Amino acid sequence: MTTDSQLDLWEVFIQSRNGSHHIHAGSVHASDRKMALQNARDIYTRRGEGTSIWVVPANAIAASNPDDADMFFDPADDKVYRHPTFYTMPEGAKQI
Amino acid sequence: MDHQNTVVRPNEERLSKFEEHVGEGKAVEPRDWMPEEYRSHLVRQMSQHAHSEVIGMQPEGNWITRAPSIRAKQILLAKIQDEGGHGLYLYSAAETLGISRVEMIEQLQTGKAKYSNIFNYPSLTWADIGAIGWLVDGAAIVNQVSLQRTSYGPYSRAMVRICKEESFHQRQGYEIMANMMNGTADQKEMAQDAMNRWWWPSLMMFGPHDGESPHSANAFKWKIKRHSNDELRQKFIDKTVQQAEVIGLTIPDPDLKWNEEKGHYDHGEIDWDEFYRVIRGNGPLNKQRIAHHVKAHEEGAWVREAAEAYKTKQAQKYN
Amino acid sequence: MADLNELKYTYSLRLGDDAWILSHRLSEWCSNGPFLEEDLALTNLALDLIGRAQGFYKYAAELEGKGKTEDDLAYRRNERQYFNHLLVEMPNGNFADTIARQLYVSVFEYYFFNELKNSSDETFAALAAKTLKEVKYHMAHAVDWTIRLGDGTEESHWKMQRALDSLWMYTGELFEMDEVDNELLQQCIAVDVIALKAKWQEHIERVLKQATLKQAEDAYMQTGSRKGIHTEHLGHMLGDMQYLQRAYPDAKW
Repeated sequence: MTTDSQLDLWEVFIQSRNGSHHIHAGSVHASDRKMALQNARDIYTRRGEGTSIWVVPANAIAASNPDDADMFFDPADDKVYRHPTFYTMPEGAKQI
Repeated sequence: MDHQNTVVRPNEERLSKFEEHVGEGKAVEPRDWMPEEYRSHLVRQMSQHAHSEVIGMQPEGNWITRAPSIRAKQILLAKIQDEGGHGLYLYSAAETLGISRVEMIEQLQTGKAKYSNIFNYPSLTWADIGAIGWLVDGAAIVNQVSLQRTSYGPYSRAMVRICKEESFHQRQGYEIMANMMNGTADQKEMAQDAMNRWWWPSLMMFGPHDGESPHSANAFKWKIKRHSNDELRQKFIDKTVQQAEVIGLTIPDPDLKWNEEKGHYDHGEIDWDEFYRVIRGNGPLNKQRIAHHVKAHEEGAWVREAAEAYKTKQAQKYN
Repeated sequence: MADLNELKYTYSLRLGDDAWILSHRLSEWCSNGPFLEEDLALTNLALDLIGRAQGFYKYAAELEGKGKTEDDLAYRRNERQYFNHLLVEMPNGNFADTIARQLYVSVFEYYFFNELKNSSDETFAALAAKTLKEVKYHMAHAVDWTIRLGDGTEESHWKMQRALDSLWMYTGELFEMDEVDNELLQQCIAVDVIALKAKWQEHIERVLKQATLKQAEDAYMQTGSRKGIHTEHLGHMLGDMQYLQRAYPDAKW
């Protein structure tokens, strides 16, 4: 007998209604794409939570390293000029 | 996942940063550095929790084919399915800590990992389905609500989803009990009998008294656990006694009485010998529950192999 | 000729029985699935079928007009008063046996409800439209698994082939018409199942080809369920199912 398998790990993203983002819901095990979609449907949309599902093999996801967080994300902290609140509007001018 | 360690800090520094982070009530995510004991505590707790959901399908599954009405069958099936789903959410959450489901299942089947003691008791009559939903799920919910704020992100997220889905479970159990207490003499007797058998094991679900709980100290410091066993048990008792009274069930504890001063119910002592006897594998159904799991697992092996073989063949065809 | 309501009652009861008995079989998989995801998938199929049974039983009870409930119909009849096809009462066996049963049934039901949704009877048409959505999914599930098992390992191929072969003799019944079907067909209420046979067979053949499996060889086709003649399996199932209702006839649950 070969070693046991519980099939591959897939990450599941659910869109709750048209127009909204697909949001990570959890994961499922499945051996192929069709099965992954069906399993995701049977597990994560039992209460009408979804209008669309994406499944992605977990090993296809590249994730940032938390140790790189300062290098990755901190430099964005002081770019205040990217936010509209950085700018002063002349008195009396209307917002577009 | 693609993982490269670029910065290596000494462990003490990391530990104090970790504890500071957790102390501020912030969540820990899978790829964050964490002390090994934090990881192993979580793996133990989460896999035990997942196994409990999955083994918990059996005592209720025992009555699916005998459910007495279409509605009852529908609800029971949906509820057991939820439990399987919750096991799955928890396995997935535990997998983020680097343990596979294969390993967890092996630990369950070899007795290395535990599951909740309560499922080693038999479901003898239909009233037991009511008692399990009302008392066992009721106790589980008290615990799970508290765990929604646990420090490990994936665990906490799983608990939030689980609590949302479980809110009907306790109600369906209570409804069964209420209907039976409203019914014939036979039904009332059946309901009280189930109450008598499930009350004490339900109280045991919260685990030993705080002083005797082996893994508590770090679990509190690291905010894996947010409330003590006794605190949660008290909460459950206070809530449940009132519900029992409303439908005319007697709690099988002569020492149970309202303590005006404390604002809580005082209760009799739990039979801890029984608790430890069942934990050590000598409950009524420990062996049967594991044997059932092993049987399904082994009978499914060729199906999983076939799915894998099909995948491999398809990949060869199209590459 | 029997009264129209009586005919529709029988028709609705038969459809209810098919769904109810198959749901019972599928529910037996709960906690016994080959892996957790599939355990939940099988339960989902069972829940769809219970819902369907409820719909057809409710309509049957209405048509009968004797104040019975869906539960009376589901739980208070004896073996000879159930009219489900023999195929749906066959035991689950191994996973391949269940998938073979699901394949034969769901492909049939796909074509069946696709027709019944055009029934001149509004209730049948509405129930069929709702059912059709569910059946499409059941069919996809069965077809995909048939292909995986057929084209998986040697063992799975062999198990799937054996399952298809041994259930084959229960498929003939799906395409039988009796006086109830014929009378209702004339009123454009019922489905002409004889006309579905070729499509069904072709569909099954297509799936089996993709699954590297063979069509079962022609065999004598079992029959009887429309007259309440069943296999021995049904009685045991009812014994379990009806135990509480029979033991405590005055109780409400």
